[in-house]
Amino acid sequence: MVPDADAGSSGSNANDLQAPPPLPPRRMLSTERGTLQVTPAQSTPTTAVSSVDISTLSFPDGSRGTFTTSAMRAVSTPINTGSGRVSPSLGPPSGDLAESMSVMSFAPTMKPAGDLASLVAGGLNRKSRAWQLLRSQSATVQPFQTRDTGMGSGLTGFEREFDNIPDITVQGTTDDDRVALWKSKLKHYMILSSAGKPIYSRHGDLSLINSSMGVVQTIISFYEGAKDPLMGFTAGNTRFVVATEGPLYFVAISKLGESDSQLRSQLDALYMQILSTLTLPTLKNIFVHRPSTDLRKPLEGTESLLSSLADSFTKGSPSALLGALECLRLRKSQRHSINNAFLKMRNDKLLYGLIVAGGKLVSVIRPRKHSLHPSDLQLIFNMLFESGGVKAGGGENWIPLCLPAFNNRGYLYMYVSFFDGNPESNSAEPVQDRSDSEDEIAIILISADKESFYDLKEIRDKVAQQLSKNGSLTIIKAAAAGGRPKIPAIAAGAQISHFLYKSRANVQFCMSSLEPAFGGSGDDEPAKMVARRKLMSLYHQLHASMHAKHTHLKVLHCVGEDAASLAWITPIFELYCVAGPNISRQVMTQGANKIIQWAKKEEERLFIIGGGVF
Amino acid sequence: MADSANAPKPSSSVKLVLLGEAAVGKSSLVLRFVNNDFQENKEPTIGAAFLTQKCNLPTRTIKFEIWDTAGQERFASLAPMYYRNAQAALVVYDLTKPTSLVKAKHWVAELQRQASPGIVIALVGNKLDLTNDGAGSGAAESGDDSGDARKITTEEAKTYAEEEGLLFFETSAKTGYNVTEVFTAIANAIPETSLKSARGPGASHAAGRTEEQRVNLNGPRDPNAKEGCAC
Ligand SMILES: Nc1nc2c(ncn2[C@@H]2O[C@H](COP(=O)(O)OP(=O)(O)OP(=O)(O)O)[C@@H](O)[C@H]2O)c(=O)[nH]1
Ligand SMILES: [Mg+2]
Repeated sequence: MVPDADAGSSGSNANDLQAPPPLPPRRMLSTERGTLQVTPAQSTPTTAVSSVDISTLSFPDGSRGTFTTSAMRAVSTPINTGSGRVSPSLGPPSGDLAESMSVMSFAPTMKPAGDLASLVAGGLNRKSRAWQLLRSQSATVQPFQTRDTGMGSGLTGFEREFDNIPDITVQGTTDDDRVALWKSKLKHYMILSSAGKPIYSRHGDLSLINSSMGVVQTIISFYEGAKDPLMGFTAGNTRFVVATEGPLYFVAISKLGESDSQLRSQLDALYMQILSTLTLPTLKNIFVHRPSTDLRKPLEGTESLLSSLADSFTKGSPSALLGALECLRLRKSQRHSINNAFLKMRNDKLLYGLIVAGGKLVSVIRPRKHSLHPSDLQLIFNMLFESGGVKAGGGENWIPLCLPAFNNRGYLYMYVSFFDGNPESNSAEPVQDRSDSEDEIAIILISADKESFYDLKEIRDKVAQQLSKNGSLTIIKAAAAGGRPKIPAIAAGAQISHFLYKSRANVQFCMSSLEPAFGGSGDDEPAKMVARRKLMSLYHQLHASMHAKHTHLKVLHCVGEDAASLAWITPIFELYCVAGPNISRQVMTQGANKIIQWAKKEEERLFIIGGGVF
Repeated sequence: MADSANAPKPSSSVKLVLLGEAAVGKSSLVLRFVNNDFQENKEPTIGAAFLTQKCNLPTRTIKFEIWDTAGQERFASLAPMYYRNAQAALVVYDLTKPTSLVKAKHWVAELQRQASPGIVIALVGNKLDLTNDGAGSGAAESGDDSGDARKITTEEAKTYAEEEGLLFFETSAKTGYNVTEVFTAIANAIPETSLKSARGPGASHAAGRTEEQRVNLNGPRDPNAKEGCAC
């Protein structure tokens, strides 16, 4: 299934930037990981250079207006290294543009985005009166509401992305149907051993993907022989990214437009999940003794965890994108009293203790010398909240797992139980009968001692009783049920539709409510899922632009056909926001400023600062 | 009116462990017993789950503390932790899958070797609904012709169970057939002498929740309770 690829590979020497033309630039993997890399602090904002395409609009009265349009990249492209700008990437095919009635010309140019102060001043792009009038009429257009140009969004069939491919036994499906379905998926993840044995594929059973795996293995090992490992290649509008981890090959195949480093960190998360199941020494041992081992047996039961991780990336996960965690918003004093109750009840079996509500962190207690790594928490959250296994199991759970960022050589033991999520009930008992609820509360206790279940259960019972007695449980339930903050309450009149705000020092983020346009339930859920992916794709593009090597971009403002967006990075925070296409830069920047002020004021409510330390 | 029925009955907890090959239906049996519910595509258990459920016998109440273990091979080394102090074990196989009975026999042998000597073991053949003698309608769902997915005859398993001195049941977690019966039979089979009273004779509240919190508040539970009895 691998189309004739204009394959490129990049060298093992990551510092050699003199790549021959057909090869994508190399990247320094070592610095790509982690989330704490802080760009050199600069006291004055630099004038950022970004790829902003200017389009000109002609009005019936003869006047013309110009506006910028973001370069929507159909294919994720490796971000240029060595240049201080984002590569002006493939725009939509001009045929599409000609059909779109309002856009008269399309002239890609480079334009300085200006620092924020000058953006606020608003003198940058003065428009004709007619333009202002037109814009003021339609300023309330929401993002992604322009009629879908089909090809343009590249999301055709995304509603069916997660549908299963029927297996061979289902009557009336031919192999051709199955292959066609398989090819229609926008995102694939594959894991195989370097000997070519399939380990995991998100879509399709073994009979379907075996030959593809063979091709992938052949391609990868061809380059490996040349001492020049294959990092990725592009075929048509599909980007292939390859990661080699010891005896394993990880492949991401995406039509969703993520950057290579974003895809690579997704693959890294899948690798972490495998380590979490097996530990590194076990994984190595297996292949040292028998390189042709079928890893599916030892990994049995891990598929659903890999798939829920993969699907969260395909849907678009702000947490994975930002490498940060989301917390439940609580008053400082409330969080304090929860932390204290937690700290008071701990015993010496406890390594880490967490309370989580609806996938958001409520409280963490930890020893002074250890902190929890976001990638480890991502695995735990995925297991508990995304994949159904533990949640549906009921009762209290005792789970051996390896947290690779903490220590990839051994297992820890995790006690998990859920509280009754029903706000009316005030029971502190472990729930045995759980309904799927957004605001369920879990308590997670981690120990290095596999015999400590009853010790940790005792902590849980005491903490639960205390939280129930002092009213904290009710507060947590109410906060979780209240959902994420709505923008009108933060930045009234800002016309911003959605934002992500990451506190870099705390490695945590917050975001505005996805409802109603990008989430929530209703009969138009498939449409919302697509809208949400569009939003996340835009965030991925902004993020990739801002984090491209050697770009010291501070502010990036993009206007596209169906949305306007702004990214703003300082040593303290990263802010990404999205609005309808007609919002002026000035209004957008004012909104961004309001969000920043809000986040600063609310910092101790939005984020866990330090947590309970013992 | 219910006063006499609610008169304090001696209550005791029994630690019970479920063992068996992956996907034979251990978690489904527990879900049926505890919540009277069934899920068509249940995900594999990771590690183990701990649940409690009461079983009312005419003369006493048994509170099961159930360890539902994961059947996947990589968790096998943790099993001793769960059966070590267990008073009862449910060894489950899938009667449509021959390998699962082989695995069940291994578990029985391991229990007989390593677990407490008095442990009550029940051998349970699950997924009876997939066979011709499936509970209720009797019609199997899978095949059209023979309609019987059964691979392990009742005689074969029953003979083995008798030889080893095990309780024996065929169940369906899906329809609920025979599920409570298994647990009741185990409760009845636990020798009086191995039952520890869960609480002192003075306590008379039947509500499990208050009971549990009280016990936890008082810290280590059993020593006190026992001393109370001995006086
Ligand atoms: N038809 C039928 N299916 C059943 C029955 N019991 C369980 N299943 C199905 O069999 C599958 C496995 O059931 P589980 O209860 O998860 O099996 P398990 O023994 O707990 O598996 P592990 O946790 O992996 O050890 C699920 O899809 C269940 O829906 C049954 O009595 N009849
Ligand atoms: Mg199970």
